[in-house]
Amino acid sequence: MTLKRWNPVIRHIFMILFSFIMVYPVLWWIGASLKDSTELGSPGIFPKVLKWSNFTNGWNAIPGHTFTDFYLNTFGLEIAVIIVTLISCTLVAFGFARLDFPLKNFWFSILMLTLMMPAQVLIIPQYALFHQLGWVNTYLPFIVPHTLASGAGGTFFVFLLIQFIRGLPKELDEAAKIDGCSWFGIYWRVVIPLTLPAVVTVMIFCFLWNWDDFLGHLLYINTVDKYTVGLALRMINDSQSAAEWGQLLAMSLVSVLPATLIFMFLQKYFVEGIATSGIKG
Amino acid sequence: MNSSTAAITPAPAKTKRKSSFLSRWDAPIAGYLFISPWLIGFLALTAYPLFLSLYYSFTNYTLMQPIEWIGTRNYEKIFTADPKFISSVKVTFTYVLASVPLKLIAALLVAMILAKAVRGISAYRTAIYFPSLIGGSIGVSLLWRNIFGVDGIFNNIIGVFGFEGKGWITSPDSALSTLVLLTVWQFGSTMVIFLAGLKQIPSDLYEASSVDGANKVVQFFRITLPMLSPILYFNLIMAVIGAFQMFTSAFVITNGGPMNTTYVYAMYLYERAFSRYELGYASALAWIMLLMIIAATILISISSKYWVFYESDTGRGKRK
Repeated sequence: MTLKRWNPVIRHIFMILFSFIMVYPVLWWIGASLKDSTELGSPGIFPKVLKWSNFTNGWNAIPGHTFTDFYLNTFGLEIAVIIVTLISCTLVAFGFARLDFPLKNFWFSILMLTLMMPAQVLIIPQYALFHQLGWVNTYLPFIVPHTLASGAGGTFFVFLLIQFIRGLPKELDEAAKIDGCSWFGIYWRVVIPLTLPAVVTVMIFCFLWNWDDFLGHLLYINTVDKYTVGLALRMINDSQSAAEWGQLLAMSLVSVLPATLIFMFLQKYFVEGIATSGIKG
Repeated sequence: MNSSTAAITPAPAKTKRKSSFLSRWDAPIAGYLFISPWLIGFLALTAYPLFLSLYYSFTNYTLMQPIEWIGTRNYEKIFTADPKFISSVKVTFTYVLASVPLKLIAALLVAMILAKAVRGISAYRTAIYFPSLIGGSIGVSLLWRNIFGVDGIFNNIIGVFGFEGKGWITSPDSALSTLVLLTVWQFGSTMVIFLAGLKQIPSDLYEASSVDGANKVVQFFRITLPMLSPILYFNLIMAVIGAFQMFTSAFVITNGGPMNTTYVYAMYLYERAFSRYELGYASALAWIMLLMIIAATILISISSKYWVFYESDTGRGKRK
């Protein structure tokens, strides 16, 4: 009986310890970004002296460019990709969820199959294709696939939106149809406003997956002036000696800040998105 | 008389037929218009490239030279005279077999503990989910390289407990383990899925079984695991497919080394294709990878007949 009463306490102590171990590397990272490189071996979180120059020097570590350029590049690419993804994926999902057309089930099973398609099998022929089109070292190899509901996560987003739209009452469509609404009208005026929670989830994951699409950036972006944040980090990592670890950790930390902020402010969309669709973070 | 009925009656029928004609044909055209972005994307960026890479795999294609058909020579070379292929397959299988079970077990255990907690659940969930949010980024890979380096904090922490440190990333017998650990550290998103699944299990199942005298262990194997098995099945397949394609952390943290102990298949594919531009040879490697992933998926789904449990329509499970 006494053991039963203590069970929740033990569980909480275990969970607090475990959570601490899980986030400790990140806490240490925050401290380390302000540490002098002589202090980087110490497991303590708080630096003895705050070395803010890790951030300022790290920001300018690549000659001729600052991280401002790389963030502008990455955010520009992200905005373009998110806009075209939202347009294409909602259109496709509406078609699958609400309209009847010949071979619909066939195409839907193909869609489900491509959900599991390992992307790396396609990178060589896609690269050859984009190379022939002269798209290497532009952002088109990211924007065009997303316009066609492909690219990082495209099929997942279509699937997630189909599931969501199927859950909306069909009577709304019927009512709008009687009022003389076209299919596009139903899509734009009836379904889209109700799909906004799922649209936010798609935006979040589209942003995250493109931010971390390191292999794609590595393949298609060759010149420093078009570099994304991830490529810039790799460039510092390759070119600098161990003495500048503080700068590297500081810049790495800034690079995960966008994802963290999105998570902090839009947490409920995350958990719902993951739990309902089985999407990976 | 005749002409008047003919003039009156067919007219509404005609408009009626016209509208039904339109609504019957309107939807298919509109349907294809709506799904056209995906359809074009599928044909141009998935189906066509898939066949193209199959064709490339039988050629000596490089971006510079004209294409030449060489039959199965790429495949013959891969299977008979390519030690790097053998070693990268071994490394990849080791990585998959170590990281996937560890990640799923950690996710399931922690989800079960969290499911019982009433207070503080969202704080714990946030702390545990957070690593999987940022873990795939190059930033975290760089962090990992520092932590497990010779002068990193991991050595200093285990030093406190009297263990001797080493360069975990630079020594051949531990390098892959650090990459596995990075993957397992990101079990949070899988755990959130398990947590949602655990909450769906009706509590009367547990109540009824404890009345019948079942203890916690029996309950776990007879109720929790079977009820969760469809979710486990889905997560297993997705984790295996993901693990086969592991690239970023091996590329950034260890760059395939030391002594090729972390030289995973995706890195080998990348090197053949984009450092040496042997696109034909690399396409053969890509197809072998696809077949390995398909084989693994089929094996898992065959095995699922024995361990995945689907709820019947009446709400209680039935072994299928």
